[in-house]
Amino acid sequence: MALLLALVISLITIVTMYIFAAKIWWFPPLISQERAAYDEQFMLTLVITGIIFFFAQLGLCYVIFRYRDQGKRAHYSHGNTKMEIIWTSATAILFIGLVFAGQHIWAQVHLESSPADAIQIEVTGQQFVWNFRYSGPDGRFGRLSPEFINESGGNPLGLDFDDPAATDDLVMPVMAVPVDRPVEVILRSKDVIHSFFVREMRLKQDAVPGMEIRLHFTANIVGQYEIPCAELCGLGHSQMRSYLLVMSEEDFQDWLRDNALE
Amino acid sequence: MAEAAASAAVHHEAPQGFIRKYIFSYDHKIIGIQYYLLALVAVFVGMGLSLFMRLRLAWPNAELPFGVGVMTPETYLALMTMHGTLMVFFVLTTAPQGGFGNYFLPIQIGAADMAFPFLNMLSFWVTFLALLVMLAAFFVTGGAPISGWTAYPPLSAVGEVAGPGLGTGQTLWIVSLAIFCGGALMSALNFIATTLDMRAKGMSLMRMPLTVWTWFVTAILGLLAFAVLLAGGVLLILDRTAGTSFFIPGGLVISEQILSHKGGSPLLWQHLFWFFGHPEVYIAILPGMGVTSQILSTFARKPIFGYRAMVYAILGIGFLGFFVWGHHMFISGMSPYSAIAFSVLTMAIGVPSAIKTFNWLGTLWGGSIRFTTPMLYAIGFVSLFVTGGLTGIFLGQPALDLYFHDTYFVVGHFHMIMGVAAIFGIFAATYYWFPKMFGRMMNDTMGKVHFCFTFIGVYAIFMPMHFLGMAGHPRRYPDTTSVDFLAALDPVHLFITIAAIITISAQFLFLINLLWSYFRGAKADINPWHSTTLEWTVSSPPPHDNFGGKEPIVYRGAYEYGKPDAPEDYVMQTAPD
Repeated sequence: MALLLALVISLITIVTMYIFAAKIWWFPPLISQERAAYDEQFMLTLVITGIIFFFAQLGLCYVIFRYRDQGKRAHYSHGNTKMEIIWTSATAILFIGLVFAGQHIWAQVHLESSPADAIQIEVTGQQFVWNFRYSGPDGRFGRLSPEFINESGGNPLGLDFDDPAATDDLVMPVMAVPVDRPVEVILRSKDVIHSFFVREMRLKQDAVPGMEIRLHFTANIVGQYEIPCAELCGLGHSQMRSYLLVMSEEDFQDWLRDNALE
Repeated sequence: MAEAAASAAVHHEAPQGFIRKYIFSYDHKIIGIQYYLLALVAVFVGMGLSLFMRLRLAWPNAELPFGVGVMTPETYLALMTMHGTLMVFFVLTTAPQGGFGNYFLPIQIGAADMAFPFLNMLSFWVTFLALLVMLAAFFVTGGAPISGWTAYPPLSAVGEVAGPGLGTGQTLWIVSLAIFCGGALMSALNFIATTLDMRAKGMSLMRMPLTVWTWFVTAILGLLAFAVLLAGGVLLILDRTAGTSFFIPGGLVISEQILSHKGGSPLLWQHLFWFFGHPEVYIAILPGMGVTSQILSTFARKPIFGYRAMVYAILGIGFLGFFVWGHHMFISGMSPYSAIAFSVLTMAIGVPSAIKTFNWLGTLWGGSIRFTTPMLYAIGFVSLFVTGGLTGIFLGQPALDLYFHDTYFVVGHFHMIMGVAAIFGIFAATYYWFPKMFGRMMNDTMGKVHFCFTFIGVYAIFMPMHFLGMAGHPRRYPDTTSVDFLAALDPVHLFITIAAIITISAQFLFLINLLWSYFRGAKADINPWHSTTLEWTVSSPPPHDNFGGKEPIVYRGAYEYGKPDAPEDYVMQTAPD
């Protein structure tokens, strides 16, 4: 039994580590240079926890096999304070050091304000679609008023057209951004909590009704990426999906112009 | 004074009638078994729900049995909500603490019963009522709620307008939890009073078995945490039924309907819920740690390594457990500065957890290990605790949570540690204490086969979920058809479902073993495992007042195994010097 159990635990350990190391299921490629630190922090954490995982599991296998009952009385010991202090301090330093090593990534997303030249996009979740609002040529978002909300009439956010700033606002079901240019996202929700998630940006943020949450990013690779909803928002949660379209500056300007005309 | 009142209450006569003896019993042992049976029913229902969820994820268009047919997304979400709720509250909170804690805490400290036997009975029946109310949610119009076991408002607060199951079903859900909190609070008070006041002569705090320490600290956590959940639950009920706006902000528009609520905060619920919810994780797992310590020491025939460090680690986990709730909310929109504080505290709680792991390995080191079924489960607990604990190092970092939050990585993590590690604690405790509770041994061969399937099975189910999470798969998705990148992950879902079917089937072995052993198991003597704690000094099962009217006297700590000059390789706590 001792040998069997030790083999099973070793096998589980090795298979698990192999699948992680072979990257069979992995993150999608990153599309933002400024977020490269995310993947580095993940790898650092993976390596450290991987080493602990390996030694803890295989250590367990070793002791259960080595010290299986062979008819001898066990070694009588109540512990070892010195070792206790050593491994407590070592774990404390390692774990807390690790979290501090990653704080700059968090700070970059949430504590630094977005660059002055960032293009602002207001992202509003609702059951079960995303709305993306661009401020138009005047650079100002117009007033919203819930009584003007009309889904079928093409005014899902309730733009109040008495406000001149609202007349040029563009509301789209997909999110286009120019490549290499900072984007400031202003996250809102009309009804329940949703969550804005772009895997390729390593970015996720809940959209909470009653709050405006800001975050910013810069995409460096042209392409089309999915934006699934990541917070349970009702029966259509898994169908609430949109796209992030990263395009060249010219294409982006064309896209804004073409859609404004309609 | 209080002590006198307590001991007067404890010395109740053994009842004669069936109802007073087995149904409305004051006896902590009967109440313990009642809690255990309640959890057993809940765990099989909860597991059945998860099986249906897995079937839907593997074969979205299949006709499922029991009238489910092709499962709708709302049915999936209702099953998911009820699975989580039943498992967290009615299994993981109930079996380790209400079940084994009730049965063995008084005996292990040398008491005749709990401090407040009537309150103990009331705690169980209130919990039972909570379960009935919870299960009733399946049968009302709209069905069970679809808002998950965390029930975030506004989804859970605004009623049916936000989706099916959010009407009566959601109301029943919250009412049930409020009732459950009542039972849990009474039970927590009882455990604390019993541990502090009812210890036998010589049973100093530092001689208590680690199981007693974990039940004691779990009770303190329960007293503080369930009070907060109760408050949050009452506010949510008021938002739903009395038109208040604690959690509902102004200006909500759902399906073009403008709601009249104003001024509430959805994040307030999350703070209250997780102020309960994180300690709840330790409420589920601490008793398992105690049982694991007890069993590892017993079957390694060695004293527990670093008893004092273990006690301080339990206290440290209990204390720090109240300051880390924010790590469930890194992505919620709360202040990003507080995320930094919460993350450091979260890593700090990894330290006492690591102490426990090291000490378990230290206990096995140099031992003479007997591979009984309870020992296999205790070793399995250590393995799962390491695995589930290490994935927590990823999720405790707000930076990494920017991707992992609400993905399957989280599902894999908490199932490993709070789900199956805690369940392994329950299995270990069952195989270990069954002989004491029912006077018969459980079948060892069946137990070992059950262990093999379960141990390999849970790794096969929950490890691949981490890979789904790394690929970005959001949790709480009834299907994978609407998001393109999920198609590549379907084989993983299929694998998990097959592993789940096999593992769930193997659980019937456990049920059969319980029943078979209850009627046909080999007779157990007083101390079949050669353990040292007080429950092994009395008959199996113990008499009504545990020690036949005599109070035991305790002379030593709980884990005196392998003492060189002793005649046997174990010395009972009651053995005089």
